[in-house]
Amino acid sequence: MAQNVLAIAEQIEGVFRKVTFEALSEGRRIADHLGCELNALVLGDNIENISKELEQFGADRIIVAENSALFEYLPDTYGNVIADVINKETPDVVIMGASTQGRDIAARLSARLNAPLAMDCVAIRFEDNDLMATRYMYGGKILADVVLSGKPQILAIRPNAMTIASAAGTGSIEKFEVNTGTPLVKFIEKHLDTGKVELTEADTVVSGGRGMGGPDFAVIEELAQVLKGAVGASRSAVDEGWRSSSDQVGQTGKVVSPNLYFACGISGAIQHLAGMSSSNVIVAINKDPEAPIFSKADYGLQGDLFEIVPLITEEIRKLKG
Amino acid sequence: MEIVVLLKQVPATESLIEIADDGVSIKSDDIKWVINPYDEFAVEEALRIKEAHEGSVSILSVGSEKTVEAIRTALAMGADKGILVNVPDGDVYDGLTTARILSAVLKETPFDMIIAGQRAVDDDNFQVGPATAEFLNIPHISMVIKQEIANGKIKCHRTVEGGTAILETPLPVLFTTQRGINEPRYASLPGIMKAKKKPIDMKTITDIGLDPATVGKPLTKIVSLKTPPERKGGIMIEGDSAQAKAVKIVKILHEEAKVL
Ligand SMILES: Cc1cc2nc3c(=O)[nH]c(=O)nc-3n(C[C@H](O)[C@H](O)[C@H](O)COP(=O)(O)OP(=O)(O)OC[C@H]3O[C@@H](n4cnc5c(N)ncnc54)[C@H](O)[C@@H]3O)c2cc1C
Ligand SMILES: Nc1ncnc2c1ncn2[C@@H]1O[C@H](COP(=O)(O)O)[C@@H](O)[C@H]1O
Repeated sequence: MAQNVLAIAEQIEGVFRKVTFEALSEGRRIADHLGCELNALVLGDNIENISKELEQFGADRIIVAENSALFEYLPDTYGNVIADVINKETPDVVIMGASTQGRDIAARLSARLNAPLAMDCVAIRFEDNDLMATRYMYGGKILADVVLSGKPQILAIRPNAMTIASAAGTGSIEKFEVNTGTPLVKFIEKHLDTGKVELTEADTVVSGGRGMGGPDFAVIEELAQVLKGAVGASRSAVDEGWRSSSDQVGQTGKVVSPNLYFACGISGAIQHLAGMSSSNVIVAINKDPEAPIFSKADYGLQGDLFEIVPLITEEIRKLKG
Repeated sequence: MEIVVLLKQVPATESLIEIADDGVSIKSDDIKWVINPYDEFAVEEALRIKEAHEGSVSILSVGSEKTVEAIRTALAMGADKGILVNVPDGDVYDGLTTARILSAVLKETPFDMIIAGQRAVDDDNFQVGPATAEFLNIPHISMVIKQEIANGKIKCHRTVEGGTAILETPLPVLFTTQRGINEPRYASLPGIMKAKKKPIDMKTITDIGLDPATVGKPLTKIVSLKTPPERKGGIMIEGDSAQAKAVKIVKILHEEAKVL
C-alpha cells in the first residue's frame, strides 16, 4: 500500500462536527508534506449524500462505512469498523478530532494496533522526518513536544486549535464493506440540549462564576446569544447548583480555546485558567480591582457584571445591526 | 461484585509546575502529591457500588514508592486492598505502556468491574482507561455521570457534546468517571486507623511478567517541555461610567482585536 493519511470524520445525525473539517485540513497539510493521498472515513447510516462535502477540504478518497448499526456512535462498533479500515488501508497517519468519541476511538485503537498516540494536540509539525505533536499537560501549565514512532501515528486534535483550509481533493466515494462484529455495548437513548452551542467548539464562550450570585444567568445567556456563543461556568457556579456540570470550564471541567472568552464574576483561580487560558482573546469583568483574572485577561473591566454585561450585549447588537 | 479502581497519584492542581534541567520532566521536589481528582470519583463510586451490591474494592496503581500514600488514602476512604506496581521514580511511561502494565496485572486479578478516571490531570491523556479495556478485550464506557447495575448489566449515563447518552453493557466492564457522578467522601479517623492494617501488594515489572527493557521504550516520547507564553497582563478599560466602558470594549474587540 502506498503511503497515505486517513482522517476520521465525525457526523452527528447527518451534520459534520466542525472539528472534522479541522482534522481534514490538518490531514491535508500532513499528506502534502509526505506527498501522499488524504483519505477520509465517514461512519454512520445514510451518510453518502453528506460525504461528498469532504472533498472541499482536500479528501482524495472518501471511504463511506454505512450501516444502520452505525447510526449512533458506540465504542465497539465504531472501533471494529475503523480498525478494519486501517488494516486495509495501512495509513501512516490517522487523524481525528479529540471529541468525546474521538478520544475513545483514539485510545482504543492505540492499544489494538500497538500504535503511538498524541491525544488532544494543538499543533503538528515535521522536524527532519519526525512527526512532532504539541500538546498541553498539567492543566495547561506545560506544553510538550512529543514524537511518535511506529505506524500508524494516531493524532487526536483539540477542537478549535487548528485552522480550516479549503483544498481541492479528488473526492471519489468508495463504500466499505461493514462488519460491526458482535457489539456488547447497546445504545439506549440520548438527551441533547437542542440549539445549544457546544462549549468546546464555540467561537465565543461567555462564562459566569460565583459573582453571578444565583442561578439566573440571563445576562450571560443574552451576551452568548448575540455572539452565537456558548455559556460556561466556573466550578463554584456548578457547585452552587446554578449550572450543570457539563458547563464547567477548567482543570476538572472542559478545556476551551475559543476566539473570544468572557469571564464574568470569576476570580481567576489556576484551575479555572487551566480550562481557558489558550483562548485567543480574554475579557474579564469583575468588581474587585485586585481579582487575579485581570492579570491573565487581555482586557479587564472593573465593575458590576449585572450593569456592564447587558450594556456590552447592547453595543454588540448595535454593531451587528 | 469485585471492583478494581485504577488510581494515579498526580501533583495537586494548585502545585507550581517547573521544568527540570533535563527539559523533558518536571521538578518533583516541592510538589504536593494527591489522588488524581477523577480517580477520587472512581474510588467513591466503587465504594457506593460495594455498599449496594457487596463485594470488595481493590486499588491498582503504577507508580513509585511514594504512591503508597495515595493508595493508603483510598484504603482510608474504605477500599479493601491495594496493588502497587512499583516502578523507579522518574520513569515516565506513555499511556499505552501504562495500560499494558495495568492489564498485565488485571489478567491475573478477578474483577467484575474496573473504574478509572476519564483523564489524569498531569498528562491529560484520556487514554489509559479505554486502552486498558482494549487490552483486556472488555467493553468500556467513558465519562460516566450516573450508573445503575442490575441482572449482570450496567446502564451508564455518559456525557457527550451537548448532552448525555445512555448506554448499556453486560459485565465485566471498564468505565471512566466524569465530574458530577458523586462527591467523594473524606477519610474518617477510624478509616485512617483501619487503613494502616490493610494489605498493599507490591509488585515489580518483572513480577508481572513484563520485560523492563521493552516497557521502558515508549512509542510516544516527550522530547521537550516548555512553559506556554505568559499571557501578558491585561489592559484595563477605563471610563466614567459602565456605559462608557462597554462602548470602549466593543470598539476595541471590533477594531483592534478583530474578534467581533
Ligand atoms: C482539584 C480542584 C479542581 C478544580 N477544578 C476547577 C475547574 O475545573 N474549574 C473552575 O472554575 N474551578 C475549579 N476549581 C476551583 C477553583 O479553585 C476556584 O475555587 C473556582 O474557580 C472559583 O470560582 P469563581 O471564580 O466563580 O468564584 P470566586 O473565586 O468566589 O470568585 C468570584 C468573583 O466574582 C466577583 N464578583 C462578585 N460579584 C460580582 C459582580 N456583581 N460583578 C462582577 N464581579 C463580581 C468577585 O470579585 C470574585 O472575584 C478546582 C479546585 C480544585 C481544588
Ligand atoms: N500510573 C497509573 N496507575 C494507575 N492508573 C492509572 C495510571 N495512569 C493512568 N491511570 C488511570 O487512567 C486514567 C486516565 O489517565 P490518562 O490516560 O493518563 O489521562 C486515570 O484517571 C487512572 O484511572
